[in-house]
Amino acid sequence: MYSKGLKPLAAATVVAISAALALVFFYAPLDGDQGFVQKIFYVHVPMAIVALCGFVAGGIFAIRHLRTGDPSWDLRSYVAIHLSIILGVGVLVTGAIWARASWGHWWVWDEPVLVSFLVVFLLYCVYYPLRFSIEDRDRQARYSSVFAITAGAFVPLNFVAVRLAESFTHPRVLSQTGGSLPGEMRLTFLACLLAMTLLFVTLWKLELTSKHASAQLKRLKRRLAERSPAAVA
Amino acid sequence: VIRTAATILRKDLRIELRTKETVPAMTLFTLTVYVLFHFGLDRNSLDGELASGVLWVTILLASVIGVTRLYAAEREQGGIDALLLAPVDRTGLFLAKAGLLLGFLVAVEIVAVPAFGLLLLGPGLGGALPELLLILLLGDLGVAAVGALVGALAAETRARELTAPLLLLPLMVPLLISCAQATEPLLRQEQGPEDLGRWLGLLTLYDVVFVLLSVAVFDYLLED
Repeated sequence: MYSKGLKPLAAATVVAISAALALVFFYAPLDGDQGFVQKIFYVHVPMAIVALCGFVAGGIFAIRHLRTGDPSWDLRSYVAIHLSIILGVGVLVTGAIWARASWGHWWVWDEPVLVSFLVVFLLYCVYYPLRFSIEDRDRQARYSSVFAITAGAFVPLNFVAVRLAESFTHPRVLSQTGGSLPGEMRLTFLACLLAMTLLFVTLWKLELTSKHASAQLKRLKRRLAERSPAAVA
Repeated sequence: VIRTAATILRKDLRIELRTKETVPAMTLFTLTVYVLFHFGLDRNSLDGELASGVLWVTILLASVIGVTRLYAAEREQGGIDALLLAPVDRTGLFLAKAGLLLGFLVAVEIVAVPAFGLLLLGPGLGGALPELLLILLLGDLGVAAVGALVGALAAETRARELTAPLLLLPLMVPLLISCAQATEPLLRQEQGPEDLGRWLGLLTLYDVVFVLLSVAVFDYLLED
């Protein structure tokens, strides 16, 4: 059901990641004042963008779930948020390393993107205790969806607020959108973004397939147990 | 919808007036937190950024107590089943709970803000009062919308006293930013440049987004 197209997708992901890594190390020029460390940018920023898109996608799937009542949309939303949180850990760690290397501190409060990301990350971490402390399946799906929608709408709002809160006098070291990057860096960045997106989608489909398979296995085992209780033990 | 909301709100207000459970607790909490801040910061009087930060963090922390108590009557006495059986719009329940939380907050602030001025604030409150009231009202509105939604969300989980603050506090970060930034120039020793418009705009945006969002999704929380 979820595994359709998984193989070509996985192959495309492998190709895209290898190509992106090759571009990062052999094609993109060294940054003028940051040197080699700046290359972490090609991991950090795509990861952050994909994670945020994953959070928002989780909210959109959740809307579909509430609209249709189909539990498979809740599963999609859950897996998207789950993967985004894992990427989020990566974003915070790589962000801290980059900050340490270029600004001399592990954490800088006056970088609005980093701070907003932390707030969003903290919020989404509550998704697990919320989801798994509700036993009833239906209700679990519904409450998780409500959370996913609320948090999904919160993501852009939070970014606006945190950005406004920073004084505009702080110089931006590097434009995060890639808008003002030199051509070669930009191409590399876009390749990395594509690779990260493909990786996310592949993992997402893989996780969905595995969740679906284990649910099916459980169902089959239960049916088997009903027929011959001794066989399962 | 409005009539339903008004009826439920009246019931909740009567419960609060008779038991006097939540508002006194919240007020006491804010006063205690002021004392904690006094010792934690080791300052006898605050102004500017520090003052507005302390004021708002205290109010938001107190609102957590309000939120965890918001659905207590329904949950403990099983009144929620009766409400669900009644053929009324669920939005009414949301509006009533948001209104109740708003009432709690206003009641607390009537004591807590003057107390803050008395205990910790360096410059007087008087000159900044109209603007401060507006910011407080808009802030309370946002807290009420988010709180009523989060309270309902957390009410059904096993560890609801844990889930509610964890959900509520990150969601209130934009609110805290805009309220604290808008209040900061009002509490400075010497009047400085104000940037009230931008923060009030953000605050209004926050309120609108969360009121609409909560009304839209609240129905699904009670669908059994």
